[in-house]
Amino acid sequence: MDRQITRQGPVPGADAATRDGAPLDPTGSARAAAGIATTRARGDASRLAALLVLVAVACALPLVLSNFRLFQFTQVFIYAIALLGLNILTGYNGQISLGHGAFYAVGAYTTAIMIDQWNVDYGWTIPVAGLVCFVAGFLFGIPALRLEGLYLALATFALALAVPQILKYFEHWTGGSQGIVLSKPDAPWSLPLSADQWLYFLTLAVLLLLFGLGWNLLRGRTGRAIVAIRDHPIAAEAMGINKALYKSLTFGVSAAYVGVAGALSALVIAFVAPDAFNVFLSITFLVGIVIGGLASVSGALWGALFIQFVPNWAQDISKAAPWAIYGVFLILFMYVMPRGIAGSLRLGWARLARARRGTRSER
Amino acid sequence: MALLEVEHLEAQYGWTKVLHGVSFAVEDGGITTILGANGAGKTTTLRAVCGMLRTAGTVRFDGRRIDGKATEDIVRLGIAHAPEGRGTFVQLTVEENLRLGAYGRRDLRDLARDYDRVYQLFPVLAQRRHQTAGTLSGGEQQMLAVARALMLRPRLLLLDEPSLGLAPLVVREIFRVVRTINREERVSVLLVEQNAAMALSLADHAYLVETGRVVMSGAAADLRRDDAVRRSYLGY
Amino acid sequence: METFIQQVVSGLATGGIYGSVALALVMIYQATDVVNFAQGEMAMFSTYLAWTLLQAGLPYWAAFFLTVAISFAGGLLIERVIVRPVEQAPVLTIVIVCIGLLVILNSVAGWIYSYIQKPFPSPFPQTPIHAGAIVFGAHDIGVIAVTLVVLAFLYVFFRYTTLGLAMRAAAQNPISSRLVGIRVGWMLALGWALAAAIGAVAGMMVAPIVFLDPTMMSGILIYAFASATLGGFTSPGGAVLGGLLVGVTENLVGTYVPFIGTELKLTVALAMILVVLVVKPSGLFGRVVVRRV
Repeated sequence: MDRQITRQGPVPGADAATRDGAPLDPTGSARAAAGIATTRARGDASRLAALLVLVAVACALPLVLSNFRLFQFTQVFIYAIALLGLNILTGYNGQISLGHGAFYAVGAYTTAIMIDQWNVDYGWTIPVAGLVCFVAGFLFGIPALRLEGLYLALATFALALAVPQILKYFEHWTGGSQGIVLSKPDAPWSLPLSADQWLYFLTLAVLLLLFGLGWNLLRGRTGRAIVAIRDHPIAAEAMGINKALYKSLTFGVSAAYVGVAGALSALVIAFVAPDAFNVFLSITFLVGIVIGGLASVSGALWGALFIQFVPNWAQDISKAAPWAIYGVFLILFMYVMPRGIAGSLRLGWARLARARRGTRSER
Repeated sequence: MALLEVEHLEAQYGWTKVLHGVSFAVEDGGITTILGANGAGKTTTLRAVCGMLRTAGTVRFDGRRIDGKATEDIVRLGIAHAPEGRGTFVQLTVEENLRLGAYGRRDLRDLARDYDRVYQLFPVLAQRRHQTAGTLSGGEQQMLAVARALMLRPRLLLLDEPSLGLAPLVVREIFRVVRTINREERVSVLLVEQNAAMALSLADHAYLVETGRVVMSGAAADLRRDDAVRRSYLGY
Repeated sequence: METFIQQVVSGLATGGIYGSVALALVMIYQATDVVNFAQGEMAMFSTYLAWTLLQAGLPYWAAFFLTVAISFAGGLLIERVIVRPVEQAPVLTIVIVCIGLLVILNSVAGWIYSYIQKPFPSPFPQTPIHAGAIVFGAHDIGVIAVTLVVLAFLYVFFRYTTLGLAMRAAAQNPISSRLVGIRVGWMLALGWALAAAIGAVAGMMVAPIVFLDPTMMSGILIYAFASATLGGFTSPGGAVLGGLLVGVTENLVGTYVPFIGTELKLTVALAMILVVLVVKPSGLFGRVVVRRV
């Protein structure tokens, strides 16, 4: 038989490093690394600039908006805090909760009861509400450790269902189905602000504080541990991450955020009633974080804008069946942006950067 | 005549290109093997042939273009694939697995005879017939994977590393069956292997793949005698 | 004693309905790993369809089977048209699409049929059945029977037919399924179709009890979640059994534990489920999913 071997390309066994023409020039890669570092620094700087502009705009809004619009934006901020809390748990840590409306309710009622029953100054009730929810979330997080995915989702769903009923049951404290009526606090230090404007700034301040804390928490060591548990639970444990502790702590922190949001909502609406904290609220939160973008801090803000304003638009479009419009909108939105607004923006940026780098290297 | 003709096949996972224009053919009634180290793109080649990846290039089966077709349609043409990691349905019984092997075939007559045939080829599967596949040993699962592929009555059998992680005795058993069905039923075989010695002894034609490119091809016997191949792949 | 038995039987009847809806949830969950939040609203919509057919003068059972058939087709269509574009997306994205579907169906039903409650007929005789001193409602017994028939049908389908086998395979291992020639996408659609059909049956069984209105299934869906959780989301039989358990417990607790009454009935049922979950995280009859690391 004839020897008929076709050789194509380099001979097998040839030196692997030279074959691909891979650059082995160390200065080249160092230059590339330095390039990456400067782009990252530039990215941080531009991000900070964008943030400052955003805060400035937020501070200017009360000057131009009507009280009603201002109230709506206060709501957006409150939702954003709650969504960030839920996102820490669901987006970053991978624990799906359908029951965060319950913690929102607990936060709201903590504030309402403290003011109504014991005349506590409203300012103190906000951190206390956060603390109460932290403890409640941490405690709920312990049995929840045994549950994963769907079962956890349904256990939390049960929590969301039970809370309004329990609130109605302890009528002495909660006022039953009638709820508790509060009065809106006036601006302190004789600031020239209406009650609504003051609450707007208060909420904005809390939002900035909590987003700052959250951003710091998530980008650091703790954040990496939280994400590692979501992606590779067993590997994370093997690396010495105390999974049980981290998961229940994450639950606690998440609940605390939502609790603070609930407390603020009690102050802003000046009224709490059990039926406001129904299952649909919890589902709305979930909608918010998915639409906004999972595992994204800015996603919380996008999601909050969506859940505050889109139902209103739906109402404007069709008086007869507004929720049908909302539902269609929800579905279409998921088609166009299956990873939420923040996810799509991130993807868009990456494409843009890639394209830009491409044109630069051609030159 | 070539049963399977592949020209300039390219494939990628995400942004990473894994196959850079691979060309090869499987003769009708022949056994062709694709050799290569870990990560050379062997498994990707099989997956690309089956339409499990988005690809560029042309794939012809029996003269007809099959690139761009859905996996299930390609299978229905008579290409059975025993995938990497065996891909058995671990919660179903051995018999149910075999039943599903015949799912993609049009002619369901003589199903009973096909069961008998694979049980005769792999007697151990007959004993395990009502056990769930998850309870089988690694070797038995590999046998089940091959048996399930045979239930399609394929014209072309794609085998992805059937020797992986198995004892030499079991590997020999499986290779014996592959040779049997190739000779007796004229099933063409495309075998992807890291165990070059075994593969070259079975195949009549071989291709060597490195980092997504075919770097050498020829008759299996010739490749076995080639110095470079011997050094890098046969280890003597 | 008579009250006890009577409560148990009527608990079994409502439990059968919870179980049917739970069964539908499990069907879709097993095929796609998604909990279909729109399941209740789909059932409600089917029931309105039956009502329309009955208004048009069709005899009950003709309307019944026609509704089941149309719902089957509707489920297929919903999966192919609405769910399919996000098939590859993260699970939560699909969940949001289901929630979108829920609000659409609810809103459209209210728009077409209004939110006013409508009576819905029962196919079973009005006269109660006497067994000694105990009186059973014929509808209750009928509901239990229908549930069991549906369950038996599904058992035979999945256990003994090739299509059923292919559906199980597709749910377990989609990649291998495609390699044996199964059209996995259609199997998912078939799962939705079956779930819609089962939901339609459940809707027509429950409507005579709770009256027909666009929100009639929302409460039941919650109990169905509970039932499926209790029975284990991986076990169709467990889901039905879980439903019966929830139905009976709910009735007995409501009757015999005075301070609970009707107000906290749901809370107690949910608390029970939490306890079961903590003790046995995959439900009473669920399979523990072993994951390869």
